[in-house]
Amino acid sequence: MLDKAKRIPVAVVLAPVLAVLLALIVGSAFILTVGESPFSAYKVLLQESFGSMRGFATTLQRATPLMFTGLAVAFAFRAGLFNIGAEGQLYIGAFAAAWVGFTFTGLPKIIHLPLAVMAGMIGGAIWAAVPGLLKAKFGIHEVINSIMMNYIAYFLTDWLVTGPFQGSTMIPETKRVAASATLSRLMPPTRLTTALYIAFAAAAVMYFLMWRTKLGYEIRAVGLNPTAAEYGGINVAKITVAAMAISGALAGLAGTEQILGLNNRFIQRFSPDLGFMGVAVALLGKNHPVGIILAAVLFGALQTGAAAMDRLTSVPRELITILQGVIIFFVAAEYLFTRFMKSKGEA
Amino acid sequence: MAIVLEMKGITKQFPGVLANDRISFDVEEGEIHALVGENGSGKSTLMSILYGLYRADAGEIHVRGQRVQINEPRDAINLKIGMVFQHFMLVEPLTVAENIVLGSEIKRGPFLDYDRAVAEVERLSESYGLKIDPRAKIQDLSVGLQQRVEILKALYRGAEILILDEPTAVLTPQEVDDLMEVMHNLRAKGTSIIFITHKIREVLAISDRVTVLRRGKKVGTKATADTNPQDLAEMMVGREVLLQVEKDEAKPGEDVLEVRDLVVKDSRGAYKVNGVSLTVRRGEILGIAGVEGNGQTELVECLAGLIHPESGQVFLGGKDITDWPPLRIKQAGLGYVPEDRHRRGLVLDYSIADNLILGLHTEAPFRKRFGVQDFKAIRDNAGKLVEAFDIRPPYPHQPARKLSGGNQQKVVVAREFDRNPELLICAQPTRGVDIGAIEFIHQQVVAQRDRGAAVLLVSAELDEILSLSDRIAVMYNGKIVAVLPREEADEHKLGFLMLGGRLEDYKAGGGNNVAG
Repeated sequence: MLDKAKRIPVAVVLAPVLAVLLALIVGSAFILTVGESPFSAYKVLLQESFGSMRGFATTLQRATPLMFTGLAVAFAFRAGLFNIGAEGQLYIGAFAAAWVGFTFTGLPKIIHLPLAVMAGMIGGAIWAAVPGLLKAKFGIHEVINSIMMNYIAYFLTDWLVTGPFQGSTMIPETKRVAASATLSRLMPPTRLTTALYIAFAAAAVMYFLMWRTKLGYEIRAVGLNPTAAEYGGINVAKITVAAMAISGALAGLAGTEQILGLNNRFIQRFSPDLGFMGVAVALLGKNHPVGIILAAVLFGALQTGAAAMDRLTSVPRELITILQGVIIFFVAAEYLFTRFMKSKGEA
Repeated sequence: MAIVLEMKGITKQFPGVLANDRISFDVEEGEIHALVGENGSGKSTLMSILYGLYRADAGEIHVRGQRVQINEPRDAINLKIGMVFQHFMLVEPLTVAENIVLGSEIKRGPFLDYDRAVAEVERLSESYGLKIDPRAKIQDLSVGLQQRVEILKALYRGAEILILDEPTAVLTPQEVDDLMEVMHNLRAKGTSIIFITHKIREVLAISDRVTVLRRGKKVGTKATADTNPQDLAEMMVGREVLLQVEKDEAKPGEDVLEVRDLVVKDSRGAYKVNGVSLTVRRGEILGIAGVEGNGQTELVECLAGLIHPESGQVFLGGKDITDWPPLRIKQAGLGYVPEDRHRRGLVLDYSIADNLILGLHTEAPFRKRFGVQDFKAIRDNAGKLVEAFDIRPPYPHQPARKLSGGNQQKVVVAREFDRNPELLICAQPTRGVDIGAIEFIHQQVVAQRDRGAAVLLVSAELDEILSLSDRIAVMYNGKIVAVLPREEADEHKLGFLMLGGRLEDYKAGGGNNVAG
């Protein structure tokens, strides 16, 4: 029996690794078509993203927001909810953090920074709680609502940064946040900040909450079998709203990191689809905090290496987008594969 | 009589389990041969081999004296073997005739000749005495009639050997009677039927011979006339089984559950419970008999707080619990075994240990300060209950999904009974559970009664109602139409009431019955 208990995690770990390896092989074919050696291209990629402390720091810096959005999507997913609105929650969280950052100047950092971070989480939480509530109260599917909430977030922040909160320039962005609200850099000149620690802490909190507490027990029960959860005295509506809100808070942290750690102001439509990338990260990371950190680092490394590969070889940086897509394809295929194996095994 | 089918030394190995171990089995022309055994005894595997769904590792199949190879269902169909599965394979929006001819359509040019298909189905249903409207849509038919369509489908393809895989599992008692009649008609026409079941009653009621399997091995084949329930149960389980529940006279105390004029709608807004009033006293078992779908499900779900009533009141131990949320009702002393353990009773992907605290997880000892779970308490609880309720295999960390139906039900029973509830509601407590576990669960229900619980038992199995209940209420069309002391109830009378008959109109058959 013990060996069986151990066998499951092996498969869980092996499958994503396999997906990545297969993606690299498929990527090789593309590299060959532009007349480059896959080995040298991948070597450049690896060297750039992991070969030096500086490169590694950049990898981690790019991975940080993906850790937050990955955790956000995974948290909702455990409750059986597909939060595709992480992008909008990220924008609202980012704006809330920026607003606290440039409004409450003159506070000491020890108060101002946590306040701004809290604001980012609350902003994201509120934005996600709306589709949660609509699902719980009226049964409206969260995918539809969270997508629509994305658009509301885009246009709301568009208006905010071109209207009431536009900075002094003609550029659509807010004022700079006060220095007392910025995250400290860990390794200048790289832009890696203490947000990385917050991401690790968020992953640890998610693990603890999900697998060590009553709330986590209830969230997972709702995700696996809502009718049985209801029978077991769990308030499914309350759990739905709570899980969405926590998911949104995590997405809000991604936006917060972009403001307080990277841009130091809210720039219109700043996010390169970090919220949607979170879906891919969660999928590859098997909705587990540790897996999500690793998946985020992988995606961060691909992005870091992309520029160098573009510069030093004839492989265009778009290869990275292909790789990301193929990874997701194989992870999705793996779900089909395991289901296939299961039906064979039970036969 | 001539032997039409013979399976010799069939062996099938699955990873970790020998599903069929040198099983030999034969069927005569025009006989109903019951194939019985508990879950996992290998009867479905054997029939799947016969129908070409699996291939045997060893053994031979002879049909009408010829040795044959059956590699896929098409081979079986060509040999005039038909199979009706538990889960129907019908296209719901299409009509009966369209479903029956599907795959071997009567065509006129490139199109289906619908009128001829209808005529063909009518001819078939006439000759076998299987009444059906060929133009009805499948989705409008009852489960019993859908099954009839499946049987006709097999006959349309020329089946002379018909395999019925647990056909009665999905049927109401009336539909079971109809099916038995159909089987009689088929036998009279010379069709051979292999009847898979684990209900001894049905074996005795209809079969000519019976073959018992246990753990992949054949225990024996007997003429049904030469056997009896006790004998069959022992062959199936491998030890002596108490078919009759032993219990003392009930010593009822005060009212624990009181229901007043309860009205409940289902999720589609149809009235399912139309003014039910009843009481259950401490130390008694009140059985609710009734054909399924007469409001029992909604009544029970409402008592557990899972559906809100339209009107009426529910009292538990004198407290008005109407409209309380499920958790509060549980904490007020309800133990509840739901009728559908997969939908309600278990989170199948949770471990046995986690399932054993569902509904108790909000309180000590499983919850410590700050909402943190106490894993030692959860483990200890699981260890204790797995042993006390003989849950097998005894590995608390294993997902509930991996357990057999009987053991899954034991997990639910263990959780709900161990708390010694004031009121215990058991809905279909032994559905899809094998005989050994049925015996165990019945004993536990009686033990709860003797401890002083008020027990409300809802079951579609009249046997279960009659052997456990101290009083019996009959539910029909959302109402309790009669409440009888156990001594005044028998199968006949209950059957009459369950179909909407009035107690005043009942003519006692045996003379013992006193209309009350």
